[in-house]
Amino acid sequence: MDALKILAPGGYTTVQDKGRYGYQQMGVPTSGVLDAFAFQVANILVGNCNNAAVLEITVMGPLIEILVHADIALTGAEMGMTINDQPVQEWRSIRVKPGDILTIQQVKSGCRAYLAISGGIDVPEVMESSSTYVGGKIGGFHGRPLKKDDVLGCKKVKLLTEQRQVNSNMIPEYPSEIVIRAIPGPQDDFFNEGLNILFSSKFMVTAKADRMGYRLQGPAIQIKDNMPKSIISEPSMPGAIQIPADEQPIILLVEQTMGGYAKIATVISSDLRRVAQTTPGDSIRFEKVDLELAHLLYIKEKKSINTIQSTFLD
Amino acid sequence: MRDGLFQKTTFKIAGDCGLLVEYGEGINIEVNAKVRSMAIVISKNTPGGIVEIIPTYRSLLVVYDPVLTNPKRLKNVLTLLEEQLDDIKIPAHVVVEIPVCYGGEFGPDISVVGKAHNLTEDEVVRIHSEPEYLIYMVGFTPGFAYLGGLSEKLHTPRLATPRMSVPQGSVGIANNQTGMYPVASPGGWQLIGRTPLKLFAPERLNPFLYQAGDKIKFKPISAEEFFKSAEKEGS
Repeated sequence: MDALKILAPGGYTTVQDKGRYGYQQMGVPTSGVLDAFAFQVANILVGNCNNAAVLEITVMGPLIEILVHADIALTGAEMGMTINDQPVQEWRSIRVKPGDILTIQQVKSGCRAYLAISGGIDVPEVMESSSTYVGGKIGGFHGRPLKKDDVLGCKKVKLLTEQRQVNSNMIPEYPSEIVIRAIPGPQDDFFNEGLNILFSSKFMVTAKADRMGYRLQGPAIQIKDNMPKSIISEPSMPGAIQIPADEQPIILLVEQTMGGYAKIATVISSDLRRVAQTTPGDSIRFEKVDLELAHLLYIKEKKSINTIQSTFLD
Repeated sequence: MRDGLFQKTTFKIAGDCGLLVEYGEGINIEVNAKVRSMAIVISKNTPGGIVEIIPTYRSLLVVYDPVLTNPKRLKNVLTLLEEQLDDIKIPAHVVVEIPVCYGGEFGPDISVVGKAHNLTEDEVVRIHSEPEYLIYMVGFTPGFAYLGGLSEKLHTPRLATPRMSVPQGSVGIANNQTGMYPVASPGGWQLIGRTPLKLFAPERLNPFLYQAGDKIKFKPISAEEFFKSAEKEGS
């Protein structure tokens, strides 16, 4: 059923779910939401299953006409939102009706916001996922970011019996200076002083920051003299910090499968969302952690989602 | 560093969900055969906690769920499987035939390749369509195959200025590599022909025609055959 009519698409708005898994060996990157925490909370707030498709909204919010009786929730970056010009809060569910005009404004902090609607956005699944992979022109809404006059459907709506709100202490902050934890490798043996520089310097997010990767600017990270400047192309994990020929790091994200440069370290999974909430001009420092701590933090992140979910069990 | 199999497999940490398992050095048939064998054996045994495995030229990237397993456990399981490798029958390479209409509007650079090596266009076609090319890995774009085995007689540098858009199905040469463009994209390869087949069709039950470890055999076809086949494919 028709649910949302896009009156203005905003900066860069795509349909995403948790991603497309199992096809990287065929050259299809996972895609999917960059901030998995905000995504999952948005779905919990409107009573959806945990992988319902949402809108990922970047920097500038869209203007949307509501076409259905439904509950919606906006999480992630702080953007400001109005319904028929009346301000409404983020990180809570809101009942909307046909004819309502939803205005999502511009980021005040963070970079990416997530709009969930009861039932989830209804697009044809491509290779078992609703995520948009713009480079491959597949998934989401016709494999592309949304445009004016697109009409999106939602799956069968089950309205909430009671509106939901996240405890304010569970809402992340999105500062413009962040410390990100990373594990050295897989090619940390290509570097010696470079590792010290990575873990002791401040790097700035450049304008070249998108769903493929975040290019950073800072002191040069040099490869050891006796090592080759590139590697035989191999796939990378999201979060891999690649050092190309210009010696400036790139944090690889979710729309990339192959790379030919050494990866000095890899951002831990639970901090990737914090990278994705930075915008050009923000600064990032890296803190070295070991695998054991990264796994503990991975499990902690899962638990915090379960805690939020359990608050709303009927 | 010397090309060839490692005496001992190396395991590298690739973040908190990835383990990079390296079997050797360089772009080498023996090393890649080991990668392929291990990929086959792992998919048959599906050790718990593995989300996906991605075969590469010389390694396997194992993506895992840290709630269910960890590199220490995976290392043990994978080492055990590796020890059993000699007793396991690895199936022969599948050879996938790809029809290609060489030259003309589909292969605008075939004369450049010919001139660079004092070959006629027919000779370029014959040399290019002769071998069975091993797919070392697939990646970069959906269905893009990294092929090994291009004859030295055809090695040709990339275009000085890449094209803004290379049509889907184009077959080209860049230095010592040959390959196909499954999706239209910018590119600097010397284009020598085009296949009417859809190399990546997300709407198809199996979106891909081949996988890493298969071999590609190009079969020259006429323009008439190209258009007939393209119509059938809807490409």
